[in-house]
Amino acid sequence: MEFFRIQRDIPFMRHALVFNIISFVTFALAVFFLVSRGLHLSIEFTGGTVLEVEYTQAANLEKTRAAVDTLGFGEVQVQNFGTSRDVLVRLPVRANVKQSEVAGLVFNTLCAAEGGAVSSKAYTTPAGEQATRPTCATPAGVEPVKLSRTEFVGPAVGDELASDGAKALAFVIIGIMAYLAVRFEWKFSVAAIIANLHDVIIILGFFAYFQWEFSLAVLAAVLAVLGYSVNESVVIFDRIREGFRKFRKLDTPQVIDHAITSTMSRTIITHGSTQMMVLSMLLFGGPTLHYFAVALTIGILFGIYSSVFVAAAIAMWLGVKREDLVKANSKEGDPNDPNAGAVV
Amino acid sequence: MNRYPWWKYTILAFALVVGLLYTLPNLYGEAPAVQISSGKATLKIDAGLVPRIEQVLTAATLKADFVQFEGNSVKARFNTTDEQIKAKDAIARALNPDAANPSYIVALNLLSRSPHWLTALHALPMYLGLDLRGGVHFLMQVDMKAALTKKAEASTGDIRTLLRDKNIRHAGISRDGNLVVLRFRDQPTMAQAVKLLNEQLPDLVWTDAPDGAEFRLTGALKPAAAKAVQDGAIKQNITTLHNRVNELGVAEPVIQQQGADRVVVQLPGVQDTAKAKDIIGRTATLEVRLVNASTEALAALSGGGPVPFGSEKYLERDGAPIIVFRQVILTGENLTDAQPGFAGDGQNEPAVHLTLDAKGARIFRDVTRENINKRMAILLFEKGKGEVVTAPVIRSEIGGGRVQISGRMTTSEAADTSLLLRAGSLAAPMEIIEERTIGPTLGAENIAKGFASVGYGFAAIAVFMCSYYLLFGVFSTLALAFNLLLLISVLSMLQATLTLPGIAAIALTLGMAIDSNVLINERVREELRGGATPQAAINTGYERAFATILDSNITTLIAGLALLAFGSGFVRGFAVVHCLGIMTSMFSSVMFSRGLVNLWYGSQKRLKSVSIGQVWRPAGSPPPGVELATGDPAAKT
Repeated sequence: MEFFRIQRDIPFMRHALVFNIISFVTFALAVFFLVSRGLHLSIEFTGGTVLEVEYTQAANLEKTRAAVDTLGFGEVQVQNFGTSRDVLVRLPVRANVKQSEVAGLVFNTLCAAEGGAVSSKAYTTPAGEQATRPTCATPAGVEPVKLSRTEFVGPAVGDELASDGAKALAFVIIGIMAYLAVRFEWKFSVAAIIANLHDVIIILGFFAYFQWEFSLAVLAAVLAVLGYSVNESVVIFDRIREGFRKFRKLDTPQVIDHAITSTMSRTIITHGSTQMMVLSMLLFGGPTLHYFAVALTIGILFGIYSSVFVAAAIAMWLGVKREDLVKANSKEGDPNDPNAGAVV
Repeated sequence: MNRYPWWKYTILAFALVVGLLYTLPNLYGEAPAVQISSGKATLKIDAGLVPRIEQVLTAATLKADFVQFEGNSVKARFNTTDEQIKAKDAIARALNPDAANPSYIVALNLLSRSPHWLTALHALPMYLGLDLRGGVHFLMQVDMKAALTKKAEASTGDIRTLLRDKNIRHAGISRDGNLVVLRFRDQPTMAQAVKLLNEQLPDLVWTDAPDGAEFRLTGALKPAAAKAVQDGAIKQNITTLHNRVNELGVAEPVIQQQGADRVVVQLPGVQDTAKAKDIIGRTATLEVRLVNASTEALAALSGGGPVPFGSEKYLERDGAPIIVFRQVILTGENLTDAQPGFAGDGQNEPAVHLTLDAKGARIFRDVTRENINKRMAILLFEKGKGEVVTAPVIRSEIGGGRVQISGRMTTSEAADTSLLLRAGSLAAPMEIIEERTIGPTLGAENIAKGFASVGYGFAAIAVFMCSYYLLFGVFSTLALAFNLLLLISVLSMLQATLTLPGIAAIALTLGMAIDSNVLINERVREELRGGATPQAAINTGYERAFATILDSNITTLIAGLALLAFGSGFVRGFAVVHCLGIMTSMFSSVMFSRGLVNLWYGSQKRLKSVSIGQVWRPAGSPPPGVELATGDPAAKT
């Protein structure tokens, strides 16, 4: 079975200009969406309270929203999460309310809206562990709404996480640039970083356009994608270096074409395999890992484009040549030898 | 050419065995158990409790898998939840005769079912994080400013007393934020004061400045001393939290310092945040009172008469009753420190050194002056009930606020007593800045989903690799499985906590690890396409691919390390597994798969072909078996 029956090197670099224009346009679009719509940051970055509750039947979002509005917290988000019975309530940070009490307050209100009252119930889990939890019970003994999860992040912590994320990104960029400059050459290092940052901005652009929730998980995915994306570029550059060594008669664009063509099969198969794993996470991973998997998917797909075509094209434009990667043969002649150049 | 020396095979076999051993405990599941821990700050659990528990169980005709003393609790494992509940009742009845005042906390718990020989090798299963188990997570911030302010306040009082004792006149002492400001009328007095203060209070550093007609002396805590105060504050708060959390009867709580001034508290299994917060927020209080040794009191002790009016009866740590007056002389607020040490008169007897603040020292001096040869009791109150920690005899007037309690205690008792006395008050107030609760069903769901995604993804990749690369694909899949095994065993060895982002990282690592094998296989195919002999193709394929694999893994590792350094919470859990996964994948995809290939093909001298799937050759390319010196792709048309 061979999917890639390529007879000869595909002349990619002839179309380098087109590739770079496409990538620039997508980049500009992504930046535009980032600036105009902004990222929908999760409470981990902004601070606030999140409650996840489960109703016994399909949830009536309007009713829930009305109940929470009575508390007067200002802008509150109420949405379905996963199934139709799960509801996510998100409340912003409010200066005059003690943050750690907010979740309890909201659950009490939701419970009252269903006609129940909250009490603390002790129970034994099927595994034998002892636990108590606040339970909402109507006089009839039914539990109309259950509390699955609460999360509260203070604003100071949120700010810190955002700045830590920025620092991590900076560290990755600098680290990768330094490593590539040492292993290959500075032109490759610059080309790889431009191409792969372009990748990252596109992922962020998608998140801004669709207003998907940008949480710490997505940040982790983005940084992992950056590392993975640079992989691709490294494979191509490695082949380019080998090509410079082996094929002395070819010029730079031809060597690059050969490198991309011969690694094409590997690139597509690897991305396909990683995508299979990520798809499995997307389908089976549940709502917590959902946006993590989405970010990875976009990164993997666009990664092929940016790492292969854009990185090589930029390297070519920066003027990479054989001499950058392959040390010239220095045994031409010893200048101090009085017999140099002598011919019999 | 494709032969591995025997020692490489030994390394691989060793890694395989170790991997299996340390992954096994995770597969065993958990069994119901009962955990007995101390219910009172004054009570310590030791191995002597084990035979007692065993007796109780035998008396109730219950059989435990084992009863052992571990850490600071005793655990007994059973086969069924039925036995577990019966045992819990029996043990609770036997150890806590007074149900309203329990000395021991008997809780239900889960213990790993792995056999004893595995546990002896320290092969323990991974901890499940909160998002997989359900529970409560708090992040608490210690108000360091308040700790420093308290110290400045205490210093101000001390200085006032000191200057008055030495008759150095000053024009006023006040506290300005964290600084102590003294004013003097003339220079010589100030110089005298500075000399005295530098001797007596070495933690402060003084700067003087003329201030109109007067002279002003400003004292600030030295940076080293300030840091010591902060470190001490957080450590004391952690200790207090430990004691409080023990009361909740939570199995395996996590209480750790995070950064310079934060504490993480994780309570798996607890769902009721309100109760948890209430208990954690509470503190024990400390009181110092005089012992009532009158005849009526002695009569009450021996059971002959009632407790005299104005006194109360409390129990000492060893259970003996003692009558103390109701009047409180000092509280924990006046106690600034309690440290274990040795008696200062050169006898090397274990002792507890207390430090009182100025107000406390003054009161203490008066009390000790008037009550020589009488006993004084130090009581610890928790949940409204008190217990006498220590009741020493007052030998002489004690001024200066430094008290030494010695006699009839071992070094460990001295340490315990100091701990208890420090538990009397939080060094600085704490505030909850982050809080998370996960319900137990959500936890179980997360585990199931996480493993499902890893499982299906692995299966899909395996099917593809085997059908595309045939035997080499099988080797690659085996290498991937070995990778997974090594990763889980390393995480178990490190006793890392498995969280949902960790499972996501495992999935991603496997997805990325297959890249190395694809690189190798494609390279081998390319060599065969170019006309190399199979043995040469395998060799060249692995060699050429290795440099690329190294480069690409290092760049991914850089990203992983950045996430590790700057991450917290989800990101950290992800980054730890990601970085470990990169390293195991380098080992398994190169060395392990090469080992398998060498085992299979290496010894075949006249290898005609390898099972790597179809090696498609473009028309006009050289037939197999012919090695070319250089390949010129332009000729491939």
